[in-house]
Amino acid sequence: MSEHIVPIRIYVIIFLVLILGTSLTVVAGLQDFPGPLNVVIALTIACIKATLVVLYFMHARYSSHLIWVVFTSALLWLAILFSLTFSDYWTRCWLFC
Amino acid sequence: MEQQREASTLGMWVFLVTEIMFFGGMFFAYTLYRSQYPQAFASASNHLSLPLGTINTGVLILSSFTMALAVYSAQIGKRRNLITCLVLTIVLGVTFLGIKAVEYRDKYVDNLIPGSLIPGHPFKPEGVHLLPGASPQNVEMFYWIYFAMTGMHALHMVIGVGLLSVILYFAARGRYGPEYHNPVEISGLYWHFVDIIWIFLFPLLYLLGRHLAH
Repeated sequence: MSEHIVPIRIYVIIFLVLILGTSLTVVAGLQDFPGPLNVVIALTIACIKATLVVLYFMHARYSSHLIWVVFTSALLWLAILFSLTFSDYWTRCWLFC
Repeated sequence: MEQQREASTLGMWVFLVTEIMFFGGMFFAYTLYRSQYPQAFASASNHLSLPLGTINTGVLILSSFTMALAVYSAQIGKRRNLITCLVLTIVLGVTFLGIKAVEYRDKYVDNLIPGSLIPGHPFKPEGVHLLPGASPQNVEMFYWIYFAMTGMHALHMVIGVGLLSVILYFAARGRYGPEYHNPVEISGLYWHFVDIIWIFLFPLLYLLGRHLAH
């Protein structure tokens, strides 16, 4: 078997970091940061948590290149979905302005 | 065997990419309307229960952890641990759904089910403290998006619990071991994916705009 077995210690560490991230995001969400900083902080923490789940819980870090191509493609399609649709909405001043 | 494992994992990942696009549309709707009506979305978001949302996030992360341990137990051939971890994951998943049901019930009591979905209980945001510039129509928009997104997420949880129950049945019959555990592994991938959706839903729905309330 060439399957990589992740040691249990890694799972425990990731779990603790995820719980820490959740507590952090709640505390940060209740503070008054200037401008859009609240949104930026919340999304940054969410992205870090999601990345940790993908890399360690979902074993992506130990997966083949083919699987890397598949799941990074999801980010590409998402970027297309958001950028093309937003470019449409934001250039229609008669709808939203 | 190795090729089979790779193929089933790849298949699950391809499915998850389509799922990401499915939820992506709803995340887009949320982003668009929140950027248009930040005050209304903040007012509506503040009415959600932060303690229940936070507890649910913890429950789901813990369930992801027990799921990861279930896969680990299968890999090293500890059948008893595998069964324990699967049972724990299912129990935590059901706990999440239970807390979600309590939240939905609170929304029903406060007349916050959008539209006229429930006869005799039209949407009346009287209990929602409206921030300056927030209109009730846009508060209703938030609740449409809230119920669509958390509802689809809850449906995925129900499917996940069903899936894990089947895995548990076969695990109890001793089908999985170090040589063969693809079903455990790919069900785990699905479960973690549902967790990731919630990791984004929680700050977006429960937290953003919280600081505007005081």
